[in-house]
Amino acid sequence: MNTLAERAQTVIDSIKSPDARRANQEFVAAVSRDTAFQLDACVHCGQCAEACHFYLATNDPRYTPIYKLQPMLKAYRRERAPFSFLTKALGLAPPEATAQELTDWSELLYDSCNLCGRCTLACPMGIDIAGLVRRAREGMSAAGFAPPDLYKAAQRALDSGSPIGVGWVALKRQIEIQEQETGIKIPVDVVGADYLVILSSMEIIGFSEIIGALARIFKQAGVSWTIPSTGFEATNIGVQIGSRDIAAALVARVVEAAERLKVKYVISPECGHAYSALRWEGPNLLGRPYPFKVVQIMELLDQLVREGRLRTRGKDARRLTFHDPCQLVRRGGLTGASHRLMNGVNEHYVELSGDGATSFCCGGGGGVSAIHRAEPIRFAAFDCKKREIEATGAEALVTSCSNCRNVLEEAIEQYAMDMPVLGLTELVAQYLDPVPERPPTG
Amino acid sequence: MELLAFARGPALWFSLTVLVVGSIWRIAASWRLGNKPDMSEPRGTDLLAGAMRSILGRMIPRKAFWRDGKYGTLNAYIYHLGLVVIVFGYLPHIYFVKQLIGLAWPPLPETVVYVAVGLTFISMFIALLERLTDPVRRLLSGFDDYFSWFVVMLPLVTGMIAIHQTYPPGSAPLPPIYPLPLALHLLSVELLFVWLPFGKLAHAFLVLASRAITGAALARKGAAQ
Repeated sequence: MNTLAERAQTVIDSIKSPDARRANQEFVAAVSRDTAFQLDACVHCGQCAEACHFYLATNDPRYTPIYKLQPMLKAYRRERAPFSFLTKALGLAPPEATAQELTDWSELLYDSCNLCGRCTLACPMGIDIAGLVRRAREGMSAAGFAPPDLYKAAQRALDSGSPIGVGWVALKRQIEIQEQETGIKIPVDVVGADYLVILSSMEIIGFSEIIGALARIFKQAGVSWTIPSTGFEATNIGVQIGSRDIAAALVARVVEAAERLKVKYVISPECGHAYSALRWEGPNLLGRPYPFKVVQIMELLDQLVREGRLRTRGKDARRLTFHDPCQLVRRGGLTGASHRLMNGVNEHYVELSGDGATSFCCGGGGGVSAIHRAEPIRFAAFDCKKREIEATGAEALVTSCSNCRNVLEEAIEQYAMDMPVLGLTELVAQYLDPVPERPPTG
Repeated sequence: MELLAFARGPALWFSLTVLVVGSIWRIAASWRLGNKPDMSEPRGTDLLAGAMRSILGRMIPRKAFWRDGKYGTLNAYIYHLGLVVIVFGYLPHIYFVKQLIGLAWPPLPETVVYVAVGLTFISMFIALLERLTDPVRRLLSGFDDYFSWFVVMLPLVTGMIAIHQTYPPGSAPLPPIYPLPLALHLLSVELLFVWLPFGKLAHAFLVLASRAITGAALARKGAAQ
């Protein structure tokens, strides 16, 4: 067991004996210059509530985003705020959050927050509330106060590589099926390939056609690629539970695979938080820049289309709309790519209101879909998304995150809506222009 | 006259010292915590432009976040702008600043200032009522919120009392006719100065830091502001 895995295991084991003092220490330790300025800037205007679907769906003020940060805010005010020495001396410092408070707040910091970042865009003070919730989760997860389901998923990810226990045997089987379906040999562990394809467990189990879709697309575009037999899991329960130790242990596996196979790029697949984990948090978790670049699959497909390497013929005639995964668009900066791709394959594409930046989360992001007890509030919050989708009059919904896709399908069923949910990569593959194959380049 | 002399002398200098030193400390104490360098490869590199866009852009809420029946945002514009008009547009205030630091600028017509006083007064009460009645704001609010409201309201009230009794017409720099209202007005402003660095009124400068940080971070990712 290496040090990263040991540290991750310590975090997971914290659930056996939750420790409020440890949580408070971690809250304080998570405060940097930027965090301090932001924790200090709130004027209690409550506008973030208006941006949060958990508040909008329930009208319960406890779901006000900034309120979810109370335990961290108290720890900060007590120990790290500019005048904490004064308030402490005068006996005015807020008390540390108790174990009971932290247990109560677990629902607010996890079950009812997708880290979707709508509140961040709405805050007139410019406070990155979603970013602060991510930091507050560090304290919660290190001290045993994260939801048990997330610790279990983290344990599975640490033990088997996947939060739902999907191993190489399962992926190998899906690769074989996709090879039969497409007639294309899928490259595994090819040293020196340009692109490394990693996948989310949800894709492997629920939407494995994506492997065939990628094979067909890359064949047409002449992309040299490979799938690793280890380190292929793209999801990172660590960034969801909010533990840098767990997140680092998991992202290290992907980085190790990329370095072993000497690839130039790692493709972050159709998964929102996997992109955050690999693209934005990964180098900071490991404390070093990568020797490769991270490219999200939408970004790559868009690039291949613009370079003329990927051509489509015909378009879906239905009225389709696109759900922008929060971690890819609002939090990840992948603005425009998926919309250009949609226009390329759909005749009557209609955007959701908000142009990606402000559209609602599916309700399952930030680990919420993995928390069983959060199901009722997740479905309640979906009402906001439902109204947004229905306003477009679309016949089907497309997205580029398999977790969103799964969550949307569940919610659509719950609300008895008649709306298929499609994956964008598969949709693109469906309209590939059939041309003679080209040899792989590079 | 003694109280006015105190308000214009030691109390003023004490409050200004607390305001300046306290504000500098409030910034410096957070600044010294430092940030770890971000090792991820940036998508956008013009972080300054992102920070500026955030500082300016967040003055107007995105349409997606407007909600029917809520006028809290509109009300906040009224008292913020009203206070700006009163503080910087009223001739006696300009004289005050001129005597203090030598800077002066043309005043706004008195009528404009008086209208601003009326609107701000009403708007401040609406803000308080909203804070007390809106479940979200009520839950978030504590001593700081109500006391900060009080220390902003107090100069407004004492100032309104002082308006017509203070100076002989057209001779603002001369000694006031009734010194007590002016002294109380000054003391109330000084209370605001003393409180500002410690409570939420520090958002007057923290807003710039907070908006800039998020603006730069989103620009780094190439995300919408």
